[in-house]
Amino acid sequence: MLWYIVRRLLQGIPVFFGSTFIIFSMVFLTPGNPVLRMFGDRTPAPEQVAALEEKFHLNEPFLTRYFLYLGDILQGNLGTTYAGQSVNEILARTFPTTLRLALLAVIIQLVIGVLVGLISGLRKGGIFDNVSLLVTLLIISMPVFVLAFVAQWIFGIQLGWFRPTVGAGAPWSDLILPAIVLAGLNMAYVVRLTRASVIETSQNDFVRMAYGKGLSRGRVIPVHILRNSMIPVTTNLAADFGILIVGATVTEGIFNVPGVGNELFKAINRGDTPEIVSIVTILVIVYVLVNIAIDVLYGVLDPRIRYVK
Amino acid sequence: MSALEPLLSVEDLQVAFKTQDGFVPAVRGVSFDVYPGETIAIVGESGSGKSTTAHAIINLLPGSGRITGGKVLFEGRDLSQLKRGEMEAVRGKEIGLVPQDPMNSLNPVHRIGFQVEETIRANGLATSKRDVRKRAVEVLKEAGLADADQRLRQFPHEFSGGMRQRVLIGIGLSSHPKLVIADEPTSALDVTVQKKILDHLEHLTAERGTAVIFITHDLGLAAERAENLVVMHRGKIVESGPAREILQNPRHPYTKRLVSAAPSLASQRIQAAAATGAPIGSVEVEGEEPTLSLLTVAERAAEASVDAPPVIEFRDVTKVFKIRTGGPRSIPFTAVDKVSFQVPKGSTMALVGESGSGKSTAAKLLLRLEDITSGTIHVDGKDITELGKQELLALRRKMQPVFQDPYGSLDPLHNIGNTIAEPLNVHRVGDAKTRKARVLEVLDQVALPQTVLARYPNELSGGQRQRVAIARALALKPEIVVLDEAVSALDVLVQAQVLNLLAELQSELGLTYLFITHDLAVVRVIADHVSVMQQGKIVEQATVGEVFDNPKTAYTRELLAAIPGVDIPLGA
Amino acid sequence: MSSKNPVRTAPHYVAEVDEGGLGAVDAVRVSDRKSNLWLDAWRDLRGRWMFWVSAVIILFIVFVALFPGALTQVPPNDNCILSVKTQDQADALGVPIGTRISDHGPLPGHPLGFTKQGCDVFSRIVHGTGTSLSVGIIVTVLVAVMGIVIGAFAGYFGGWLDSFLMRLGDIFFAIPYILAAVVIMSLFLHDRNIWIISLAIGFFSWPSTARILRSEVLRVRNLDYVMASESIGLSKFRTMFMHVLPNSIAPVIIISTVGLAGAITAEATLSFLGVGLPNNIYMSWGNDISAAQTSLRTAPQTLIYPSIALSVTVLAFIMLGETVRDALDPKARATR
Repeated sequence: MLWYIVRRLLQGIPVFFGSTFIIFSMVFLTPGNPVLRMFGDRTPAPEQVAALEEKFHLNEPFLTRYFLYLGDILQGNLGTTYAGQSVNEILARTFPTTLRLALLAVIIQLVIGVLVGLISGLRKGGIFDNVSLLVTLLIISMPVFVLAFVAQWIFGIQLGWFRPTVGAGAPWSDLILPAIVLAGLNMAYVVRLTRASVIETSQNDFVRMAYGKGLSRGRVIPVHILRNSMIPVTTNLAADFGILIVGATVTEGIFNVPGVGNELFKAINRGDTPEIVSIVTILVIVYVLVNIAIDVLYGVLDPRIRYVK
Repeated sequence: MSALEPLLSVEDLQVAFKTQDGFVPAVRGVSFDVYPGETIAIVGESGSGKSTTAHAIINLLPGSGRITGGKVLFEGRDLSQLKRGEMEAVRGKEIGLVPQDPMNSLNPVHRIGFQVEETIRANGLATSKRDVRKRAVEVLKEAGLADADQRLRQFPHEFSGGMRQRVLIGIGLSSHPKLVIADEPTSALDVTVQKKILDHLEHLTAERGTAVIFITHDLGLAAERAENLVVMHRGKIVESGPAREILQNPRHPYTKRLVSAAPSLASQRIQAAAATGAPIGSVEVEGEEPTLSLLTVAERAAEASVDAPPVIEFRDVTKVFKIRTGGPRSIPFTAVDKVSFQVPKGSTMALVGESGSGKSTAAKLLLRLEDITSGTIHVDGKDITELGKQELLALRRKMQPVFQDPYGSLDPLHNIGNTIAEPLNVHRVGDAKTRKARVLEVLDQVALPQTVLARYPNELSGGQRQRVAIARALALKPEIVVLDEAVSALDVLVQAQVLNLLAELQSELGLTYLFITHDLAVVRVIADHVSVMQQGKIVEQATVGEVFDNPKTAYTRELLAAIPGVDIPLGA
Repeated sequence: MSSKNPVRTAPHYVAEVDEGGLGAVDAVRVSDRKSNLWLDAWRDLRGRWMFWVSAVIILFIVFVALFPGALTQVPPNDNCILSVKTQDQADALGVPIGTRISDHGPLPGHPLGFTKQGCDVFSRIVHGTGTSLSVGIIVTVLVAVMGIVIGAFAGYFGGWLDSFLMRLGDIFFAIPYILAAVVIMSLFLHDRNIWIISLAIGFFSWPSTARILRSEVLRVRNLDYVMASESIGLSKFRTMFMHVLPNSIAPVIIISTVGLAGAITAEATLSFLGVGLPNNIYMSWGNDISAAQTSLRTAPQTLIYPSIALSVTVLAFIMLGETVRDALDPKARATR
């Protein structure tokens, strides 16, 4: 098990270097002077340009610049926005809110998703199953911003159950609606994956043997069917997390949640490239770490993969 | 003992599976009795309904299956009418189950101990944590696993197939049930392991007076292990009664065919079917009298072929694989270890061994699908390890393979005509017209009608696919055919048919066969010479007659003793 | 024989020989219909209402994308007016001079009303179809080609090439493709077009396709018929093209159909975020939905109709993907 974790961490290293390198290259290999791009349509004075080129090490060779950028990230120095704000400060301010929102969304997605998927899978072809298939199909077809507007319009404006936008301090009660929207798409995937997995697991010989050796249904379902069905659901959490990051950007923007996603949303709208790159880099690093954590969890759930390969 | 009541009485059992076209019957009016302490075997080919019958008894039919009629009386109670909770109380405690596939019958994510202990708790054999653990250790010890304490902490994937089956037997018998259903408990295991496991099961059940329903496709095995047989075919019982009587005096035509086709019960090599005047093609004719026995004409003069020059010659052939472990290093594994043998022209050499013996690797080395580590292989006197591209192509033309899996040996997206023509196209033999003619010719040789040309593999049965694979192998008029477990996956009647076909083609075309198999019984009916392999080495090499009559090594004797039904004297 | 003592002598029962029961061993049933994977899949598809519904919707979408003029003569971008100023405009719209057209509801000839800029909602939706579909198709083709080439090479040739390509895939997979696209699009501020946005979306979404194809190739590569073809002398390349790829491609088709829906969503999302296609050159549903946000309370139709168009399009491709999956993958069919 220890060796498995070490191996996963080692595998994360090239991914970390590779992904940061790709983001870096995209930004600095794009045609046009990045300093000039900072000024948009205005024309800066030559000495201003020279000073900024010096500041951003633009005269250094490409690889040196990459390692300078990497060094900055590793030291926790994420640079400043066009407006001169420290990205570190922005993240420190916004990250806790996003974490709460994401936590709420993951809980909703897993609890409801697994439960609905389990019932659907056990009663394959029944009314509940067909309705859940239809509803999840509709949810999957709706881009997250459409889902957000629909929820905002129905529950926020028409029914008035929730505040359509999040108030100051982002209390938990205000986060429920955005969290449901954020959870929506992944929840639909979790329902479908759990359902398929439950059906497949139920057909296994070991489930038949579990009944054959005298276990009751109340034991076979959680211990042998659900437990094993969680393996593919866990594996898929990595992809879910990618959707969650993008979803958070849109949802936080629409519901005005003061989180990282909202900050990215605003930065995109302002065209603040340095801030976009910094936030994206951080999100990618978080994503890589979460992937490793999910892989380790997968190893805990499935003893086979700790040994083979 | 005169007032003996049956323990289980199956009366006119009907089972059907729900499909898109409505209910399809799988078991059609099956009745039999099981008395306390007796062993009864249900024998049949795949699709005969034998496993379905077994599962219906303990109400574990797959989702789409339903009992549509009849009764399953267990100690007077009709099991088919029980509520779910009542049935759960019967399973495990009253009727134990030993399942078919040991590889998939233990949950891979739970430790062995956990899975044994939950059985003990569910059947109320012990309640306190310590007692449950103590009982679990006992169960594994009874099942023949010595270091039970250690074993309880391991996961199923750390166990071999035989060990898993021992655990499952332990679980199935843990609450001393009155009846055990053993559903093909050893079909996935090597023969020597099979024998040990079945001996153990027999020992345990005899000691406790447990009745056993033993499901198997192997008539020899059934007769060896059970007093009474039930032979099933297409969902019905065709014949039942005392095992010995049925084997020696089968009365139903189907049973007769089964008995005569079972290689484990046959004694001698097949001679060309043509010699007996029974064309293979006759099996196509609906309703015709069966002509499928493994023809036991006088043993062919094996000496004749010894004089012929060797077509294939292995000299100290070694193959080492690097096995990647979970750790940072890889360890070398010698799959084939200094193997030497010769195959004379026109004869059959059988490479026999259990899984992991290196026999299939040897075949792949000959086919140049793997590179040899050291040693040489000569074909027709030429060292095949040093061939150029053109020479290799020429070699491939002379030597054709037929592989094991009838479902994997043909590309599902190519029709039969294209499949058979592929070698002709690759080697650019003749023009389109002659190729077409050749395809028809070989199709005829394997006794398949021309109508299959435009068909796809999934429309054919396993035996038919293997015949197509043989036809493809014959298309280039090869000298050598490498048969890698080519009949192992087939039902016994179809297997007999393909073996007859192979024998006939050999005598007609003068083919040389390298026949890879795990099944010594098949060797006797098809081969001239045998090389027994164990852990990469050849442990014994002789003519078939010598190996069977006078085995030299302990391992060969063990293999021979493990052939099911080998000691059963057959009637006329 | 069993070591147990027989408890009884069972009666020897022999069934009657029934007519249909025996017959020949392994006779070829030639009357059956032809069948292979693709024929079976097509038969399966034909019998599903979901397939026909999605097919009809998709054909309609393609028609609208190719011939937007067949549905509306109103230009999507020109002649937009915030309020009615001239008599001509008043006559054309049938409302008095001075009426605010911005966010106005339906008027004759303008069935879905007007946007904030006073453009015809229906016309913008019709003209936006082509954008969505083009991006969807370009991305899908790009991803499929990259995924197939990389996955096939990695799976079939194995060794260091496999390790290298798969690590590369891990790296690209580590960057959620929409985030990558956001970065790329924010760099191309002035020259955004359909090709750039398609590349931005597609360039980071090939690893899933490559992984699926690779594992499928690994499975097929070890099947007996591949070994058989190699051992009759077929070269590695020809074996790959004739036997391995055709038998591995089904999952790629499934994932590509669903991926087309994903690409359309991605384009709309990028446009919604403001890093999509420029609003003055391309009609894009995402742009329109984004622009309509502020009118959610006052004029929900400006937001709802493009949202419906987007969702129905995505739904159609997802439904097609699901039915194709059921038809091609027997395992998926078993879980139906």
